[in-house]
Amino acid sequence: MQFRLTDDQIMIGDTASAFLSEVSSIQAVRNIMTTERGYDEAVWNRIVGEMGWTGTHIPELFGGLSLGYIELIIILEQMGKHLLCSPFFSSVCLAQNTVLIAGTESQKSKYLGRLAKGETGTLAYSSGGNRWDSTAVNAIFEKKQDDFILNGEYSLVADGHTADLLVVAAREYQGSRLGLFMINSNQDGVIKKWQPSLDQTRRQASVELKAVRTPLNSILGEAESSAERLNAILNLATIGIAADQVGGAQKALDLAVAFSLDRIQFGRKIGSFQAIKHKAAEMMLRVESARSALYYAACIADQVLKGEADYEQLKEAASIAKAYCSDAYFFVTGSAIQIHGGVGFTEEYDIQLYFKRAKSTETFLGSAIWHRDQLAKLLLDV
Amino acid sequence: MRLTFDKSDERFREEVASWLNEKLSGEFSKIKYRGGPGDENAFIDERKSWEATLADGGWIGIGWPIEFGGRGASIERQVIFHEEYARAGGPGRIGHIGETLLGPTLYEFGTRSQCERFLPGILEGREFWCQGYSEPNAGSDLANIKTKAVFDQSTNRWLLTGQKVWTSLAQESDYSFVVARTNPESSLHKGLGFFLVKLQQPGIEIRPIRQMTGTAEFNEIFFNEAVCNAENVVGPPEEGWKVAMGLLGFERGISTLGQQMLFQNEFDAVVSLAKENGSAKIPELRTRIAEAHIGLKIMRYNIMRVLSGFSDAGELQPAALISKLYWAKWHRNLGKLAMDVMGPEGEFLIDTPYELGRLQSLFLFTRADTIYGGTNQIQRNIIAERALKMPREPRG
Repeated sequence: MQFRLTDDQIMIGDTASAFLSEVSSIQAVRNIMTTERGYDEAVWNRIVGEMGWTGTHIPELFGGLSLGYIELIIILEQMGKHLLCSPFFSSVCLAQNTVLIAGTESQKSKYLGRLAKGETGTLAYSSGGNRWDSTAVNAIFEKKQDDFILNGEYSLVADGHTADLLVVAAREYQGSRLGLFMINSNQDGVIKKWQPSLDQTRRQASVELKAVRTPLNSILGEAESSAERLNAILNLATIGIAADQVGGAQKALDLAVAFSLDRIQFGRKIGSFQAIKHKAAEMMLRVESARSALYYAACIADQVLKGEADYEQLKEAASIAKAYCSDAYFFVTGSAIQIHGGVGFTEEYDIQLYFKRAKSTETFLGSAIWHRDQLAKLLLDV
Repeated sequence: MRLTFDKSDERFREEVASWLNEKLSGEFSKIKYRGGPGDENAFIDERKSWEATLADGGWIGIGWPIEFGGRGASIERQVIFHEEYARAGGPGRIGHIGETLLGPTLYEFGTRSQCERFLPGILEGREFWCQGYSEPNAGSDLANIKTKAVFDQSTNRWLLTGQKVWTSLAQESDYSFVVARTNPESSLHKGLGFFLVKLQQPGIEIRPIRQMTGTAEFNEIFFNEAVCNAENVVGPPEEGWKVAMGLLGFERGISTLGQQMLFQNEFDAVVSLAKENGSAKIPELRTRIAEAHIGLKIMRYNIMRVLSGFSDAGELQPAALISKLYWAKWHRNLGKLAMDVMGPEGEFLIDTPYELGRLQSLFLFTRADTIYGGTNQIQRNIIAERALKMPREPRG
């Protein structure tokens, strides 16, 4: 048992922080977040080419670095801290994980290398509503001659309007099976639309499939086990979101404490008042506990991908992490605005950007409320 | 970063579990799960004889260095022992203050003859210790100690006069380590000595403090020229604060994993009751049970991080500084949750005059959790000042 980062892992975090300080300054974030694309292609090319991050947890055999999920989480934590605007999460945590979990060996060798080399991808599964597992799938697939025909509408698809590769989940027409399909996002019948959102640093899109025709070999793995696999993929991605939350919460705490030591009222730093100190202490308690929950979940995810832990353990760890980290990020950014006082409410100060990202990451892949409900079912209904 | 234990550690776990399973039977079956916080006066004689049994098995001081009679066990193995002990329902330890606090203090700061005199009594489960720090006017403001120690050169002894309070198990202990003011001109943390004081003597009176639980785990100790031989002062007589703080540092959280396991036992009892009496179907209670579950698991992960950081030199990690505030709040909330799950049944006593059930006792006793060992407010000061480097509180 060694529940702390290794020296190599600490170095990965430091390297990521240094690189992101350069390419994702707050001014860069503010410039890019108002564009429809939502990310800077030059930065994306450097993330792919120079840093190699898109190959982090892909096996070497398929063109990746063969590092683990823990290393990926460390990078995502730094991305959250720097509010990076990027299709990294969607391409790696959604598209790559789908291929890793659901794909056959030949599908892995076909797609993982492309995704590692910088083609972007995402996963569309939910037709909307507050459901964040396989029960949210409403789109339909039907086998016709030598093709599948896909029909349906998806909402809240991360970077869905720009992704090159699109994995879509659909239910069998007049059947119970669920399929995951890799389709080209530019093919006929795929209608993608940006859904402008409250948090401008992360992109959401709607995707509509109108009689999209896709070959039989585009279904990832076997349809029989796809629901279970989809849930595992979503749990892996959920842990990725929790990492973004921990990084952002840490930064919000740092900003609030720095502000409190700079701001003078009543002839003293406001950070010398217990009203502020105690609030900051509660913020830190949540940040550190969120980090513990995240790292635990990252270890379980790593074990799952190595075949050393099962999907039930993954589900529990992901729900614990997402429930706690969501509440923590919201609490910390909300408290940080309060510590900033009036300027915390302005467009000019950066804390509002974290507050909005806290809310959007809280909702995405299940709020604390939803995940607590999942855990209550595990605890009380079995 | 890895969560799993080595194979040899897992074998050690089996050894511990099977030893406990074998020994916690017969005369000792009735003390299983007993003697924890809120229940510390239960089965004192049996629990003292259990301490001797533990000692026979070589299970006291397993983390102590071999040269001082311990096993030099790794952090992992100490964790495993505490986990298995709690899992098996091992009774609340009467010897833990000597084992986890005084022993390490002596082999770190004490003289060879102090070690030779006092360590064997702890390791053999024969001599029990209590902690004499808090006073009526030195609670949160711990350095404001007024108990005074005057040196009598003719007899080469110190004479202690004053009062200590909130001393757990004082009436069952043989010795107390006492922080007292050796220099009457001094204030705060200067001019304090660290004394090893025998409790059975004319100058000492112990009075139990009856609590809201109806029980009396804590005591007051009154010193009226109580005697302490010069050789039983640890460190220089004016630098006892350093020893006293060093001692608190030894409580570095290994036993808190065992504590987490005890909390797990309590939480499981709440979950079973909720399933039995239908509370598990009430949406708000479901949410709070899930929240408690999340909180308890994360408590474990926090502790694991702290323990894994042990080999790092230097400051305590942030996760260590939040530990007390975190568990105290969690546990107090569990007490409230337990009562809400019990519903109206929670109102009835088990027996007169004031016998409480396990969950009622949990509810009332956890009001102390957020006060002793540094109140939540003091903990927040510590976190803000030490971890976040915010300005220190001014003194009045």
